[in-house]
Amino acid sequence: MYPSRFRYEAPRSLEEAIRLLHEGGDEAKIMAGGQSLVPLMKLRFASPELIVDINNVPGLDYHRADPDGTLRVGALCRHADLERSDLLKQAQPTMAAAAPLIADPLVRNRGTLVGSLCHADPQGDWASVVVALGGSVVARGPGGRRAIPAAEFVTGPFENALAHDEIAVEAVIPAPVGTRSGGYLKLERRVGDFATVGVAVALETSDGSVTRAGIALTGVGGSTIAATQAAAALMGGPLTPESIERAAEAAAEAAQPRSDHRGSAEYKRHMVRTFVVRLLSRDGASVGKAA
Amino acid sequence: MTTVYDDVGDQAAGDVPMRRIAFTINGARKIAEVEPRLLLAHLIRRGVGLTGTHMGCDTTNCGACTVLVDGKPIKSCTMLAVQADGHEITTVEGLASASELHPLQEGFRAEHGLQCGFCTPGMMLAAKALLDVNPDPTEEDVRWALSGNLCRCTGYQNIVKSVLWAAAKLRSQSAG
Repeated sequence: MYPSRFRYEAPRSLEEAIRLLHEGGDEAKIMAGGQSLVPLMKLRFASPELIVDINNVPGLDYHRADPDGTLRVGALCRHADLERSDLLKQAQPTMAAAAPLIADPLVRNRGTLVGSLCHADPQGDWASVVVALGGSVVARGPGGRRAIPAAEFVTGPFENALAHDEIAVEAVIPAPVGTRSGGYLKLERRVGDFATVGVAVALETSDGSVTRAGIALTGVGGSTIAATQAAAALMGGPLTPESIERAAEAAAEAAQPRSDHRGSAEYKRHMVRTFVVRLLSRDGASVGKAA
Repeated sequence: MTTVYDDVGDQAAGDVPMRRIAFTINGARKIAEVEPRLLLAHLIRRGVGLTGTHMGCDTTNCGACTVLVDGKPIKSCTMLAVQADGHEITTVEGLASASELHPLQEGFRAEHGLQCGFCTPGMMLAAKALLDVNPDPTEEDVRWALSGNLCRCTGYQNIVKSVLWAAAKLRSQSAG
């Protein structure tokens, strides 16, 4: 299969890329890893007239922690970089759990976290992870830089908050205030399939008490779902079987699954509940130890 | 010097300029004029004429078209040929030397790692990328590394054995 015809530019600076986007209007599209965009173009679900390939823009392939612990993931940091990252293993349990579950090893060598956020597939794993962590996306356009909270960045299925001439240059995960814990669980029929259900949990605890909680759901609604009431059920005290139960119940209620070939709505809702309990029970053990 | 290429049916429209790219494939330096929408798999098969890279699903699912770009396995049906500019590609044809098979190829023969053979080139390249960074993989490591490559014949048992066979052979070669 061939994509529709398009003009191709591979600028060597962000300024040039932004100029090309600005000139290209709604018909221009950024390509980073291309692991969602190329298939969409081959199937003619997307037919951009101009592809602005940012793979030759230097200095975007990083992921690093600021001295205060803020994590920054550049637009060309591949899933495989995150999968192998010692930094994530040490300081970002939710991200470290998700990275090896993105697509398959071949796709992970090209696809990017920031591209996944921009693609805004309701079944994309990274959006849930970044939303649960309270992260944001930094956009650059002709007017400068702005940070967009991840929960507002994904505006609907396959829709994001970027203006047509803005580029998402990095994802930012704020530094934890307390001790960070959490994880990501994904139910998939086979490696590389989209999530039937995915649940991201990110917690911060101080003195055995939960000081920040984020729970987000993949694949059980029209877009990524921030289960804010579920997270709120955990705040302000230690994790207990009761608080975990309340959070799991609230997360299952927040899910809006539909029955399809991957499972019934009832099954998916049940799996959301199960995953929340599993993730928090695992954390319960570590929180208990820390206290 | 003039280089002649196969016609890949890739005529650009008047308003879409062809792009000139330079790349290395299996150690040989090449220059090509391609339309931006040409996929890397098309360039390899019809442009360079190396048909060992197979097109399976054409939808980023099966991994039959796996090649190495700068040593990393990727799906060549999901990368534009223009993006190969300045990069180094290895296909299955690049595994064997003039006189002998690569240990992975020997392994697939010794352990019956293929039936129809359609997925085999992709399997061997994904396996090569694994063995390049992990010469002594566990069975689990092999299964993990090949999890993006689908085989509809074998049930994977013998493919995994083949890669472990090759790993052992490569280790004995480097020890000797």
